[in-house]
Amino acid sequence: MTDLDEEAATSLDAGTVASLSGAAMTAGQHLTGTGGDALTVDGISVRLAGREVLRDIHFTVRAGEFVGLIGSNGAGKTTLLRVILGLQQPSAGVVRIDGADRPRHAPAVGYVPQKVLLDPDMPLRARDLVGLGLDGNRLGIPLPTRRRRQLIDEMLRAVGAGLFGDERVGNLSGGEQQRVLIAHALISRPRLLLLDEPLANLDIRSEQEIVELLARVAREQQISVLLSAHEMNPLLPVMDRIVYLAAGRAASGTTDEVVRTEVLSKLYGQHVDVIHVHGRILVVAGRGDGPAEPVGEDGAHCAVPDWL
Amino acid sequence: MFSGFMVNTWTVATIVAVVAGVVGFFIVLRGSSFVADAVPQGAFAGAAGASLIGVSTLVGLGVFALIGALGIGWLGRRSRQDVATALALVVMLGLGALFLSLSVEYAPEIYSLLFGEVLGVSTSEVAPVAAIGAVCVAAIIVMYRPLMLSSVMPELGEARGVRSHRMEMCFLVVVALATSMSLPVVGALLIFSLMVGPPAAARSFTSKPLLAMALSVVIALATVWAAIAASYTSNWPVGFFVGALGAVSYGTGRGWAAWHRTRAARGNARPLAV
Ligand SMILES: Nc1ncnc2c1ncn2[C@@H]1O[C@H](COP(=O)(O)OP(=O)(O)OP(=O)(O)O)[C@@H](O)[C@H]1O
Ligand SMILES: [Mg+2]
Repeated sequence: MTDLDEEAATSLDAGTVASLSGAAMTAGQHLTGTGGDALTVDGISVRLAGREVLRDIHFTVRAGEFVGLIGSNGAGKTTLLRVILGLQQPSAGVVRIDGADRPRHAPAVGYVPQKVLLDPDMPLRARDLVGLGLDGNRLGIPLPTRRRRQLIDEMLRAVGAGLFGDERVGNLSGGEQQRVLIAHALISRPRLLLLDEPLANLDIRSEQEIVELLARVAREQQISVLLSAHEMNPLLPVMDRIVYLAAGRAASGTTDEVVRTEVLSKLYGQHVDVIHVHGRILVVAGRGDGPAEPVGEDGAHCAVPDWL
Repeated sequence: MFSGFMVNTWTVATIVAVVAGVVGFFIVLRGSSFVADAVPQGAFAGAAGASLIGVSTLVGLGVFALIGALGIGWLGRRSRQDVATALALVVMLGLGALFLSLSVEYAPEIYSLLFGEVLGVSTSEVAPVAAIGAVCVAAIIVMYRPLMLSSVMPELGEARGVRSHRMEMCFLVVVALATSMSLPVVGALLIFSLMVGPPAAARSFTSKPLLAMALSVVIALATVWAAIAASYTSNWPVGFFVGALGAVSYGTGRGWAAWHRTRAARGNARPLAV
C-alpha cells in the first residue's frame, strides 16, 4: 500500500512531522473507498500534569486493518489508547469510531490493558474472565447456559488458552494471562481492538503466535487492530500500517513511508538512522561521530555494530 | 437454647451470616478488608454520639456507617484507598472518644455494641434486620457482573462502560447497610472477622466465583451458629468464638489449598481447578 503520493512526500520534507501525519491521513482517506474508517484520531493533544504528552496526533485505522502503534517507554502509547477508549480526556482534538463521534464507552471497542495485576488467590477462572468480556457490563448473575459455555470454550481455544480455561486467572503466567485477556476483549465481537503492549511478557514463540492470531482475526473477522509495542520488528510481517510516536508527535503510514531516516529524524528532533539488517529494522541515534545509541528499544535487543 | 427468646437470636444471626458471606466475598475480592474494619468502628462512634444526645443508637449507627463509607469512597477518589480509609477511621474514632467521654452514664449498651449482644435480640429487631439484609443481598446480586469486572480489573470495566468509582460508591453503601444491621448482633470489632474470615477461607476451597460466594455464606453460617451455641453453653462472649472460628476456617482453607497444590504438583498434569 503506497497511499503517500509524491505531493505528500514533498510536503513531508518542508513541513513539520505533525503535518506529515496529516498528509498521510489525507492521502489515506482519499484511498479509502468503501471500507470506511474504523477509527479516526483527529488532532488529539493531551496534557498531563502541565506537560503536553501528546501533540496534534492524526491517523486513521480502516476496517480490518492491522496497525502498530510504536514508541519507546513514555512516548504516550498508553495515554493515546486511553484517549481512544474515552478513559482520558484530550485537551484538544476528537476521536471518531466508525465515523461517529465517540459515544462514551462504545461497546464496539475491545481493550487489552498493559498493566495486569491479578491476585493469585482470587476465585476467578480464566473462563470467568472471558465470560465477563461477553456480558460483564450487564446486571445480575450470569446464567450458565450451554450456549454461553460453548462461546467461551471456542474463544479460549481460538487464542490458544483452551488448556488453562479452568485455572485461576491470577495464577497464570503473564503470557497466558495475555491470551485470556485477548479472549476477553474479542468475545464481544468488537469492530476495533486496542491492545497495549500485549507482546511485552511473551517469549519469541508466543509472540509470533499472538501476532499471527491477531492478524488472522483482523483479516477474517474484519476487526481493526491497533496494537502498541516498543519493538516494531515482530509486527513487520503483519502490519498494514504503522503509527510511530516520539516526542509527543506521531507519523503514520506504511512502514516504508514512516520508518525512514528523514521522517524519524524529524519526529525525534535529532538525527536518527534507520538500518535494515536481516529483515529487521533498527532505529539508531547519532551520526558517525560519537557513540551510536539505539533510539527507544528497537535497537536495544541487538548489539550495535562497530562500524556505526 | 432453641426456646423462647433464643429464636430471635438464631434468626437474626442467620441473616447476619448470610449478608456477611455475600458482601464479604466482594470485600475480600476487592482487597478492601480495611474498609470492613473501619466502617463498623466508625459506626460505633455514631452509636456513642446517638446515646449522648438521646437518639436511638441504631440511627447513630446507620448515619455514621454511611458517612464513613461515603467519605472513604470520596477521599479514595483522590488518594489511595487505604490512606482514605485510615483518615476516615481516625476522624470517626476521635469523635467516638469525645462522645464517650462526654456521656455521663456508663453504658453497658456501648460495650455490647463493641463486642456484640447475641443473646438479647428482641422481636422488634428482627424485621428491620431482615429487610436491610434482603436489600444488601439483592443489591449484590443485581450488581454482580459489573461489580466483579470493576473489582477484578477496573480498567477493563471502564472500557466496557462500567464506571469504577460509581461501582465503588454503590458497594460502600451496601457495606454500610450490612454493617448497621450486623453491628448490634456481632459487635463493631467482630463484623470485620465475619466479613473477611469466611470469604477468605472459601476462596481457598474453590476457584469458581459463585461457588466461592456460596461457600463463604456456608462458612459464615457455620461460624455464627457454632459461636452462639458455644457462647450459650460456656457463657463466654460470642465475639470470642466468632473471631476464633474465623481464624480456624481461614487456617483450614490455607492448609487445604497447600495440600492440594502439593498433591497436584506430584502428579505432573496441570493442577486441576476445583
Ligand atoms: N497521570 C499522569 N500524570 C502525569 N503524567 C503522566 C500520567 N500518565 C502518564 N504520564 C506521562 O505521560 C507520558 C506518556 O506515558 P504513557 O504511559 O502513555 O507512555 P507509554 O508509551 O505507554 O510508555 P510505556 O512503553 O512505558 O508503557 C510519560 O512521560 C508519563 O510520565
Ligand atoms: Mg504504556
